[in-house]
Amino acid sequence: METIAFALLNGLIYGLLLFMLSSGLTLIFSMMGVLNFAHASFYMLGAYFAFTLGNFTGFWVALFLAPILVGLAGAAVERWGLRPVHANGHVAELLFTFGLAYVIEEIVKITWGKVAVPYQVPSALDFPLFELFGSQYPAYRIFMLLISILMLVGLWYLLKRTRIGLIIQAALTHPHMVSHLGHNVPRIFMLVFAAGCALAGLAGVIGGNYLVTEPSMAFAIGPIVFVVVVVGGMGSLEGAFIASLLIGFLQTFAISIDANFADFFGWLGLQATSEVGRITIASLAPMLPFLLLVLMLMLRPRGLMGEREF
Amino acid sequence: MSDQTQNPGLIDLAPTSAQKFTTRLLPLILFAAVLLIIPLLGPSRTAYSLLNAIGINIVFALSYNMLLGQTGLLSFGHAVYFGLGAYAAMHGMNAIEAASFDGGTWALMPVFALPVLGFAGGALAGAVIGWPSCRNAGVPFAMISLGIAELIAAAGFMFVSIFGGEEGISADRMNGIEAFGLSLGPISEVYWFIVFWTLIGVVGMYAFTRTPLGKMGQAVRDNPERVQFVGYDPQRVRYLVFIASGGFAGLAGGMSAVNYEIITPESLSLLPSGFVLLMAYIGGIRYFAGPLLGAIVLTWMQSNLSDFSEAWLLYLGLMFIAIVMYAPGGLFGMVLGFARGIIQPDAAPRLTRWGALSAAAMVTFAGVILLTEVAVSRTSGHVFAPGGLPLPPSSPLSWALGLALLIGGGWAIRHLSQRFAS
Repeated sequence: METIAFALLNGLIYGLLLFMLSSGLTLIFSMMGVLNFAHASFYMLGAYFAFTLGNFTGFWVALFLAPILVGLAGAAVERWGLRPVHANGHVAELLFTFGLAYVIEEIVKITWGKVAVPYQVPSALDFPLFELFGSQYPAYRIFMLLISILMLVGLWYLLKRTRIGLIIQAALTHPHMVSHLGHNVPRIFMLVFAAGCALAGLAGVIGGNYLVTEPSMAFAIGPIVFVVVVVGGMGSLEGAFIASLLIGFLQTFAISIDANFADFFGWLGLQATSEVGRITIASLAPMLPFLLLVLMLMLRPRGLMGEREF
Repeated sequence: MSDQTQNPGLIDLAPTSAQKFTTRLLPLILFAAVLLIIPLLGPSRTAYSLLNAIGINIVFALSYNMLLGQTGLLSFGHAVYFGLGAYAAMHGMNAIEAASFDGGTWALMPVFALPVLGFAGGALAGAVIGWPSCRNAGVPFAMISLGIAELIAAAGFMFVSIFGGEEGISADRMNGIEAFGLSLGPISEVYWFIVFWTLIGVVGMYAFTRTPLGKMGQAVRDNPERVQFVGYDPQRVRYLVFIASGGFAGLAGGMSAVNYEIITPESLSLLPSGFVLLMAYIGGIRYFAGPLLGAIVLTWMQSNLSDFSEAWLLYLGLMFIAIVMYAPGGLFGMVLGFARGIIQPDAAPRLTRWGALSAAAMVTFAGVILLTEVAVSRTSGHVFAPGGLPLPPSSPLSWALGLALLIGGGWAIRHLSQRFAS
């Protein structure tokens, strides 16, 4: 019971963090047809910007400023990087973002050093909020949960209830028609790219001090965000949401299960001392998202909620 | 030829045998001649180990380009086939060592022939993994290759008896039968082993592009619907090319197993997969020889530039982005374009144009290098001093100089390209 409660709560927080990253990526992907390899790099930039800004202004100002800065960086990348490459096709765009991810990681290493920076949870939130089954639960995680839910509601409102959201939705499926109606579609693309990057930056701001802020953090989470987008389905925020939570729960539950293969397949004669029998479920946790990705692409290539195959 | 005599109005577009010789056979002969001449120059041990690494990477990068350049399949997990081929060869090498004491069938296998085992391992892995991956090209293929690479790399650390855990497995190449009288002990003898298999790989992969299957691969890359309409199954064509490509990657893995005598699960991971993508793309995926050039340049950079600068990966990344944005033909495309530009008439104004643009690009790049090295020197403590002029990171002058070069060069490129366009 205790394990399940904690796994549920942590899985929810991790899943919402993943959704914050993948919502922007899904929008960018379905609009431009480009899986942005550098998306997680913007997440990393968010964490580092917040760390540096936080030294001068404190955490609360950085919480707002850092995502905006990341968004501006994203807009610049779209305007002067991605847009010229667009003429060379999707593969060239994908490769451009792949190279960009390399470059951003190296720039971060040069600017902030190769080891983790001491980006700390703000002291105002560094206390145990409540006790659950005798263990204390940190307030910062609940703060992450609140920010994620705020973001979720804000995004939903923006896309479904405002005019700009209407135009974005139209541009997702019918960019030419939107352009004929007099909207500047490239600028909408740039806005969406910037907003997606800003969301990733926000995830970095609140996730960087919860996890760890180091140059390899983008490489660690980037492939998992891809999994979310592919499993959720092209162009579907709902799908990305479900897939984020699914992967969040899957990973946290797998880590909390204390069992190995021999416990499950012992009836087949598998010994706990043998190499296969020794593998624990917890050690499989990092592999599970990729297993899900491969199975999903093989069995249902359009993803959970996708409207079309990509 | 007979068609031409019957229809005098038709022009025969097929290359003459002289053209075939100069464009197909001659480059291969020249390449082989260079490889044979190199030992006469008496290279040092470091040079030999660099050359061996280049040979391995040439085969690896060319095998990657069978997918990306020739069949239009963007893979982020090609190191899986390289690594599994290397593991197959490594286990073979250990079996040869065991058989040299106890006897057995493995005693009949020379270490020299282990890349064949690597080929088999890579092709087998390709045959198992390939079929479901090859249904679609484009993003789904890329994502499946990424997922599978992550899975196999993780499994590599999990199954210690096969992959050897973090320290990998090692073997001794000086066992069993000596083929061609090579003991494979000194590195200069390993060089001949590498030359032999590099040539086999290059010739084999070039021959593959001339086969009906290789041609169908190119057709599938350009227009899969039409290929299907004509009566071929694109998935099947991709699958067969995938197996062959995995095989050649495994061949490179087998070469690396004999050369380094160690293999770790790291070599299955996404990093080497990314590196082979960079090698092939920077070299130029549109040309057969592009990845070959890319492998030479990048392996050289990897071994020399990494000593020289901490930031060499940044330069590599920037070079990659520049090529994706401005020169999709890669380095080989540039070399070829330059060569054609000299031969064609009116070369003088074209060359001035190129000269001006490359000078501006050099200035920009000098600015990038300056800024980067000054930034690196903040932590490393070694003050960057190009040409004896020290540029300490504390002085704003160093940064201003870098920025001035960067902005000035960028402005010059913009200005020149606009002027030449009009």
